Amino acid sequence: MTTLARPTQLVSSEGAGTFIREKGVYLALGALVIFNLIATPNFASLRNVQLQLVQVSPVVIVALGMALVIGSEGIDLSVGATMALAASMVSLFVDRSPWMAIGMALVAGVVAGLLNGSLVAFLGIQPIVATLGLFVAGRGVALAFTNGRLVEIFDPTLEALGRERLLGIPISAVIAVILAIAIAVVVRRTSFGRNIIAIGGNRRAAVGAGLPVRPVIVSVYIICGVLAALAGVLVTSRSAASDPSFVGLLIELSAITAVVVGGTPLTGGRVRVLGTVAGALLMQLVFSTLIRHDLSDSDARMVQAAIIVAAVYFQRDRGAR
Amino acid sequence: MVTLVSRNTQPALQAVGLTKRFPGVTALDSVSIDFHAGEVHAVVGENGAGKSTLIKLINGVYRADEGTLILDGSPVEFAGPREAWEAGISTTFQEINLQPFLSVAQNLHLGREPTRRFGFVDVRRMNTDATELLARYGISIDVRKPLGSVGVAIQQMIAIVRAVSTDAKVVILDEPTSSLEPNEVEQLFRVIRILRDDNVALLYVSHTMDEIFEICDQVSVLRDGSLVHTGPVSDITRLQLVATMLGREAREVRTSGKTAFNIEGRSPGSEPILSASGLTRFRLLSDVSLDVSAGEVVGLAGLLGSGRTETVESIFGLIDLDSGTVTMNGSSVKAGSPTTSVQRGIGLLPEDRNADGIVPTMSVRDNITLAANRSVAKWGFVSRAKVNNLVNHYVERLQIKLTDVNQSVAELSGGNQQKVLLARLLCFEPEVVLLDEPTRGIDVGAKAEIQGLIDELALDGLAVILISSELEDVVEGSNRVLVLRDGAVVGALVGDQISEESVMDIIADVKVDSAVST
Repeated sequence: MTTLARPTQLVSSEGAGTFIREKGVYLALGALVIFNLIATPNFASLRNVQLQLVQVSPVVIVALGMALVIGSEGIDLSVGATMALAASMVSLFVDRSPWMAIGMALVAGVVAGLLNGSLVAFLGIQPIVATLGLFVAGRGVALAFTNGRLVEIFDPTLEALGRERLLGIPISAVIAVILAIAIAVVVRRTSFGRNIIAIGGNRRAAVGAGLPVRPVIVSVYIICGVLAALAGVLVTSRSAASDPSFVGLLIELSAITAVVVGGTPLTGGRVRVLGTVAGALLMQLVFSTLIRHDLSDSDARMVQAAIIVAAVYFQRDRGAR
Repeated sequence: MVTLVSRNTQPALQAVGLTKRFPGVTALDSVSIDFHAGEVHAVVGENGAGKSTLIKLINGVYRADEGTLILDGSPVEFAGPREAWEAGISTTFQEINLQPFLSVAQNLHLGREPTRRFGFVDVRRMNTDATELLARYGISIDVRKPLGSVGVAIQQMIAIVRAVSTDAKVVILDEPTSSLEPNEVEQLFRVIRILRDDNVALLYVSHTMDEIFEICDQVSVLRDGSLVHTGPVSDITRLQLVATMLGREAREVRTSGKTAFNIEGRSPGSEPILSASGLTRFRLLSDVSLDVSAGEVVGLAGLLGSGRTETVESIFGLIDLDSGTVTMNGSSVKAGSPTTSVQRGIGLLPEDRNADGIVPTMSVRDNITLAANRSVAKWGFVSRAKVNNLVNHYVERLQIKLTDVNQSVAELSGGNQQKVLLARLLCFEPEVVLLDEPTRGIDVGAKAEIQGLIDELALDGLAVILISSELEDVVEGSNRVLVLRDGAVVGALVGDQISEESVMDIIADVKVDSAVST
């Protein structure tokens, strides 16, 4: 039968493109680390590693949620605005109790996700448009809550969250690692994870198989919103200030880049959790390397843009059915 | 007859030996048809017969691999649709391709608006011209209104008028009535008759027998890419036409053994397990009722667009019904929810395997167990052992040929993908399966295997509703056959009544005593 011949033929016709798509992010990350070990003074110092980890953690956390959303054939542009909302919640409630502040920040994340998810799942609005609303409005609401000002935060618990370390590893990095493992388990081992991939891969098929398509989509956006809110809390506690104008600004771009560079196609139907973490680390390292070697911030952004285009280029075959 | 007057002149458009190949398939194989001015020429055929390929060759979307088009006696070759249009070949598509927010008059003049000095559009002249033009075809509406605000039928006619107002010699009407109501169809026919009298050659694609016999002068039948009949409509009966489309000799005696089906030994239960009654959906279904018992295969027969797919989709909950109920084991199934249907034990094998079935980014394994979350997962966590058991069981039972269960499902052949989808259905242990074209687009061997499997399912006590465009599947595989036409059940056949001949009689609306027994 011809049925057995086809698979081998397909595998042999792909080759290099597939390899770069699957492993490219790890290769690039490894190469960049080696380059820095040789060319950048003090790169391997504890202080520098800790700094890099603290800076990358919020991006990793946001990107994990973004990976689930993109896997479901969606996108969430409102993560930065959600971080700002969370930051404003912290400043509003921190006087009562730090735990209440964190709780209310996460509630803001749930509400944001519920709003986005409902627009996408029940009203059938395209994800990019549905989340654009909160992208625009969210930061405005956050500014209204804080009267548009930076609010300094003096709270020992929150301060500890931002500054303490566990065995030398910053708490925020520990949280990011735990979440990455949790999301990986969700994707690989749970029916919820399989449903996300089925919906992203072929929504009509998912409907036909009787999967709870709408609840799953809403849940995915809620998870993304909560993770963004958590990232907002971590950023706020690290800087000991709530600044809705700047918290999470442009993070949606970093998160989407991390997801795509990590091998998750924008067309959905696949989620690469480890790739997403590697993607976030890669972008962080690219940026800090360029800055350390005296390139301007704007030059660094151009390099970032080039990497995104390259990553999407290597994924273009994926979307073809 | 009107037609005879123009017959001695040369054809307005001649297709000579048109052949079009796509990778792996010859979509159109050496087709020659003459289209005369002043005639409505029907082009009919089932899905995949080559109608749309023929149209696209004529209107310049495709280039023929072999053969020529002769327009008014001279060979033509079009680089694209625009050239065909400029040469006088206009197409109105199923979906109306006009601008809903522009006015009726603007739509009629799109791309060639009358202008005054400095290039300003002469709105007044445009509106008077449009009003006059439409009046010729018996349409009187306010041409200043946005197109989107007038009815679909009017929009359709405006599309046609726009087509002919560019001095079209040939007008292609691709299923022009598919979105029209009966009285609107009459209006459209009036326009078509005016065009015919104006010596336009009309090419009319439709699935509806009534329309062909009412409005068309000539009919050409395509099947599997070849022209199998061409001639005056008055020389062919409805039954002959249906038989030609389906590739059967009219009055062909039932011959058994074309398929692998064997309905001997089936013992359908006496009580229906699933009953649908009065399924009605505007323009799609009217008052369709059917029931199916455990161990029984009920076949749905009918031409394309007769409502077969819509019937099973509405039972499954993919189509919202205007009215009608579905009950399963005596209790009603919540309408409009595939999730509930699956929970109640109803499974659907979709007609379009790629668009509605396969998840191309997932492995064979995950595709098979897609709908089986409840049996393989506990507290939301999927058990690998249970998944492997299930997958191995069905890969073996359905003889799915693969190199590894973790390979991408997109790498499998059509027949094996179809088996994967069947396995997905069986995984959640349904009581009723709705199979929409289970044997379409797969090779002969896989076809026989799937037919044999459907037998097994019935023997195991599943209730099966079977749709197939292959008449022999329905005839030889079913215990009962319901025939649909225009969204309604028009006949029911049981046991010995079932034959290709009797099914075709009902489809073609030939009154035979034994056939009409609903």
